[in-house]
Amino acid sequence: MKVVLENLTKKFPSRTKGGSDVIAVNDFNFEIPDGQLIGLLGPSGCGKSTCLNLLSGLQTPTSGKIYFGDDDVTNLPPENRGVGLVFQNYALYPHLTVKQNIMFPLQNLKGADKLSKPEMEEKALEAAKLVQIDGLMDRKPSELSGGQQQRVAIARALVKMPRLLLLDEPLSNLDARLRLQTREEIRRIQNETNITTVFVTHDQEEAMSISDMIVVMKDGVLQQIGKPQDVYDSPVNLFVAKFLGTPPINVFVGRVEGEKVWIGDEAVAEAKGVSDQPVYIGIRPEGFELSKEGTLTCNLSRVEVMGRDISVISTHKDAETEAIRSIIDADNLESIVGATVKFEIKPHKILIFNKETEERIYIGE
Amino acid sequence: MDKHTDYEKIEKTAKARERIRKVVIYTFLTIWAVVVLFPFYWMLLTSVKSYSSYNSEYIPKFFVTDPTFQNYVDAFTAVPLADYFVNTFIFTVVTTAVMLVITVLAAFAFSRLNFRGKDITFTLFLALMMIPNELVIITNYVTITNMDMRNTFAGLILPSIMSVFYIYLLKENFEQIPDELYYAAKVDGCSDFKYLTKVMIPICRPTIITIVILKVIECWNSYVWPRLVTDDEAYFLVSNGIQAIRESGFGRENIPAMMAAVVVISVPLIVLFLIFHKKIMAGVSRGGMKG
Amino acid sequence: MEKRSNKAWIYLLPAILFLGVFMVYPLIDVFVYSFEEGYNFASQNFWGVGLYNYSYVLHDPYFLQAVKNTFILVMFTVPISTGLALLISAGLNSIKKVKDLYQTIYFLPYVTNTLAVGLVFMILFKQTPYSDGLINMIIGFFGMEPVDFIGGPYWAKMMVLCIYTVWVVMPFKILVLTSALASVNQDYYNAAKVDGASKFTIFRRITLPMISPTVFYLIITGFIGAFKAYSDAVALFGTDLNSAEMNTIVGYIYDMLYGNSGGYPSFASAAAIILFAIVLTITCINLLISKKHVHY
Repeated sequence: MKVVLENLTKKFPSRTKGGSDVIAVNDFNFEIPDGQLIGLLGPSGCGKSTCLNLLSGLQTPTSGKIYFGDDDVTNLPPENRGVGLVFQNYALYPHLTVKQNIMFPLQNLKGADKLSKPEMEEKALEAAKLVQIDGLMDRKPSELSGGQQQRVAIARALVKMPRLLLLDEPLSNLDARLRLQTREEIRRIQNETNITTVFVTHDQEEAMSISDMIVVMKDGVLQQIGKPQDVYDSPVNLFVAKFLGTPPINVFVGRVEGEKVWIGDEAVAEAKGVSDQPVYIGIRPEGFELSKEGTLTCNLSRVEVMGRDISVISTHKDAETEAIRSIIDADNLESIVGATVKFEIKPHKILIFNKETEERIYIGE
Repeated sequence: MDKHTDYEKIEKTAKARERIRKVVIYTFLTIWAVVVLFPFYWMLLTSVKSYSSYNSEYIPKFFVTDPTFQNYVDAFTAVPLADYFVNTFIFTVVTTAVMLVITVLAAFAFSRLNFRGKDITFTLFLALMMIPNELVIITNYVTITNMDMRNTFAGLILPSIMSVFYIYLLKENFEQIPDELYYAAKVDGCSDFKYLTKVMIPICRPTIITIVILKVIECWNSYVWPRLVTDDEAYFLVSNGIQAIRESGFGRENIPAMMAAVVVISVPLIVLFLIFHKKIMAGVSRGGMKG
Repeated sequence: MEKRSNKAWIYLLPAILFLGVFMVYPLIDVFVYSFEEGYNFASQNFWGVGLYNYSYVLHDPYFLQAVKNTFILVMFTVPISTGLALLISAGLNSIKKVKDLYQTIYFLPYVTNTLAVGLVFMILFKQTPYSDGLINMIIGFFGMEPVDFIGGPYWAKMMVLCIYTVWVVMPFKILVLTSALASVNQDYYNAAKVDGASKFTIFRRITLPMISPTVFYLIITGFIGAFKAYSDAVALFGTDLNSAEMNTIVGYIYDMLYGNSGGYPSFASAAAIILFAIVLTITCINLLISKKHVHY
């Protein structure tokens, strides 16, 4: 089932008297294709949880529409929407066993959908098997580890075969190793069930690694939608460029003059068709190459060896951040001598943003 | 070397002083325990003394050589003690059950639902907690009398139901349930009322049990209101029964039979207390006042 | 959910109904009654509005006796029970063995029927033709003359009433104080010990200030509770408290409603409001004092 958001807006009344309303979600328009896994991504407070609540029906939009397939569900209460929701802290019912937790949504079905007890148990077992917790059915949530609780929460959300599965920061309460494992698990489950899934996170790596598409948000405004690699390679503005990627993109203050990109008094790249203006220049860590004839001269701080790669940390007076981080093939280690390093910039890794609007105006070829 | 012995001496005196302190504390605490328990012992002891032997003891004896249960038989045959028991049981069960339903519904509204005037209503409820019973009992007495409900169970029960404090206690407990559970239940297709019965009540069962026990104690021991609205023995509760026994039952001097009645009346609550003493004490120390 | 709904009122309806009929309305009505002069219960009419009811109550020797009794009771039992509870709780807190057992025993009177145990106290203190009673036997041990504590001189009866009242109120106070003491951070004690403070100094300078809010809470509720004393007196001296000279203010109110004086809700209301005024005044004074002395 595809999901369509149309001019979706959610305003909250201001907490302080006379203050202006807080716009948590501002005029959203996008379509989630059927059977895809979407990562809703943004820093905390960007409105992504509100967006999820609007999808689940826990909150109603101030204006705009939500369609599930062809049905307008904008004002449908959550209990009738048929969505599955996994909470950040799992929200398992502490007084019920794993089995009872998973069966809970089935017990609320009414009318024609009503199931007999054996049917419910069968479905619950199916869902439990899918997330591989069928051996823990009689335990209480307090007797489970964080990862197991997470699986129960997913099973509970899946058991009624929701039209839409929503995951709210599902991995943030897990430790690093489990997080990696669970996110692959989520991808696998989504592949197997083929349920349209929206997944909220503030961790861009998490979103990029498993999503079919990512939606980047900031301050309630949608920034960019696209395949993870596309968004990474060609961010529409400086915010998206900065938000995606670890280590983060390096940003320099410079200018375009005569179709050339200048950082300080060095011309580092071409910029065909760009008029003369002050700009931000974004270069991903992997966009640097060590070269004796390099066009960008930086002061060397230190070198971090990471095995396959090395990370060269340097400074530049026009850099926005204190440290410039570049990732270089370890074979070039010997060529680093002295107090400065010279870099060649890979032409297709250069991003140029307007100084005022921070919109991207040029991408290297 | 000298210094070493000095320390030993200090250590010794400190130890001795500590021991004396311990002895004093334990003695003191034990005396109080005896003071608390002694009336119960005396009540049991007297209840198994025969009428004649009790009256022949000019100096009361601390033990009994030939215990008799005749007094217990008398307690149930000479006065309608069993009826008092049944009355109290009906009164306690109905009052507690109705109170529980009302309290759960009100606590749910205050903790989970959003409505205009919620804060002011709750504040008014809290303010009612401060109103002493003595102020309202007069009108209630008049109301019940005018409605012809003296010497009826309705008259006994209706004004005894409300305890604002329990609404407050349960509301606080309900509020500790994380909001996410409510949202999860909503998404799971659960209605508000079903959420209350299927999730909130089971989670807060310990508090609900505490409230029930406290109310049962209150009902079992209530004396003032039943005394006002009942003068027909057929509707006496145990407290009034005891008072009636004291003033006229058994012929005033049959103390052992009286004590047997007292034992019988006290036993249910003491048993309840022994089973639930942790819960009761926790509930009371959270601010419960007697009555 | 952010949605506001009026469904909540349905859930609140039973509670509001009961509170309205049996608490709010009576609260207003009691003031009305207290000003209706010559109210007749049977015909439900009255012949005037004024302060006569108050004047009658304040000139009634039974009421004055009840006020005197209540004040004596309050003045003795509140300090004694609070002090004793403090000692016991401190003792309880400093031991490990049998602590739980003793705590449970100490709480036992809370759950017992006041009327029932009062009878036991009565027979312990009562002097009959057959026996002087256990207490008289014990004081006889110390060479004192036996006294009839239940039917004898005023001071003896008052003493029994005070003793029984203390016995009844102790469980609550011990429980609350013990949990207050247990919640004082152990670090303070350890710090003071290292600084060489004696046990008594620690108690006076650290423990007491730390639990002073609880102590004042107990004193305030103790005052309120003691002013409402009634069933303890009934248990010991029977329902005809006036002739035993042992009536309390609350007892006077109930007697006015029913019992020997028979059905004067106006006098009862006036007495109840006087009682409420006394309790309110004392509570306010307590609160003012506690503001100065309580360390939060």
